[in-house]
Amino acid sequence: MPRQDRPLSPHLSIYRFMYTMALSILHRITGVWLALGLCALVYWLMGAAGGEAQYARATALLGSGPGRAVLLTWLAAYCYHFVNGLRHLAWDAGFGLERRAARLSARLALALALAGFLLAAYLLLCPRAGAL
Amino acid sequence: MVEFTLPPNSRIDARAGKTYRAPDGAAVVRTFRVYRFDPASGERPRVDSYELDMAACGPMVLDALLKIKNEIDPTLSLRRSCREGICGSCAMNINGVNTLACTQSCADLRQGEVRIYPLPHLPVVKDLVADLGNFYAQYAAVKPWLQTRTPVAPDRERLQSKEDQEKIDRPSACILCACCSTSCPSYWWNGDRYLGPAALLAAYRWIVDSRDEATGERLDALNDPFRLYRCHTIMNCTEACPKDLNPARAIADIKRLMLERQH
Repeated sequence: MPRQDRPLSPHLSIYRFMYTMALSILHRITGVWLALGLCALVYWLMGAAGGEAQYARATALLGSGPGRAVLLTWLAAYCYHFVNGLRHLAWDAGFGLERRAARLSARLALALALAGFLLAAYLLLCPRAGAL
Repeated sequence: MVEFTLPPNSRIDARAGKTYRAPDGAAVVRTFRVYRFDPASGERPRVDSYELDMAACGPMVLDALLKIKNEIDPTLSLRRSCREGICGSCAMNINGVNTLACTQSCADLRQGEVRIYPLPHLPVVKDLVADLGNFYAQYAAVKPWLQTRTPVAPDRERLQSKEDQEKIDRPSACILCACCSTSCPSYWWNGDRYLGPAALLAAYRWIVDSRDEATGERLDALNDPFRLYRCHTIMNCTEACPKDLNPARAIADIKRLMLERQH
């Protein structure tokens, strides 16, 4: 059989979806999503710069039900990307690269991101907390 | 390039798999689902099921595969040699993780079927035998030998302190089984240009060797967006290594050495 006709062995479809690759792809997905989120931020800033009517339109859109839901996904993406980014920073500085440490920091990153997201979402959405 | 699905000729033909039943009176039956590809048949790959009597089988996955080959289906092809985890020949994907068949005990695997595939994202020669040509070429590309300039008297050795030797003890223990490189998604998508964890671990072993005098050239050769920097610290390599080595740390250390020499 000619070399170039050899089949490619299965990869993604058979490899166990381990925490390592799960957190890595999540980091990339949240990064892309946050980059897109910058467009929403620019839209809001343009509204602020464009006068009262335009600002009202921007806040109405972003403050609507679906608008808030999407903003929450950006908040969640930010929390995870930030915490896992610190993990990458530690790795690049030479810390936490052992198997056990990496497993521990994976759990820690997920827990901290979730806690940060829940706290921020609570402060933003709960009217009483907002008044404090 | 990132391609999540397999090319058409590589997709497993779900209907073509054969089943070999356990013999009557088998005490403890376990099913081994094994990837099969026959280059002579012109057919697509398939997955065959072999029911084994574990009471009459050795403890390791390699024992099970050799029982299949010796007693049930002699057409099964696989590489193996030392059967004690030092040659690296029987590296394959067992229940979704790359490891050595000879050091993986069947009892340590999760209950139920055992799924066995060749190392991921490589051209398949036959059954569990994958083409490692590119992998070996990448190893050769990091020039895995001592490079020196200073002459040394012919009756003298190049001496090294105990501490300096300890720096290369672990990375030298690599057996080039390719479990790490073929577990790395980055290597799957860019294996033609990214050197992969095994070759980079070898590069690291010579970079930190106190006797080697080509450290600068070695770092120059790796200073490339693909050869070194396609490593995104996913850490699949370190999780997969059957020798408990740490290619991820070696790569991170190379990246740091790269930075340090700029200042």
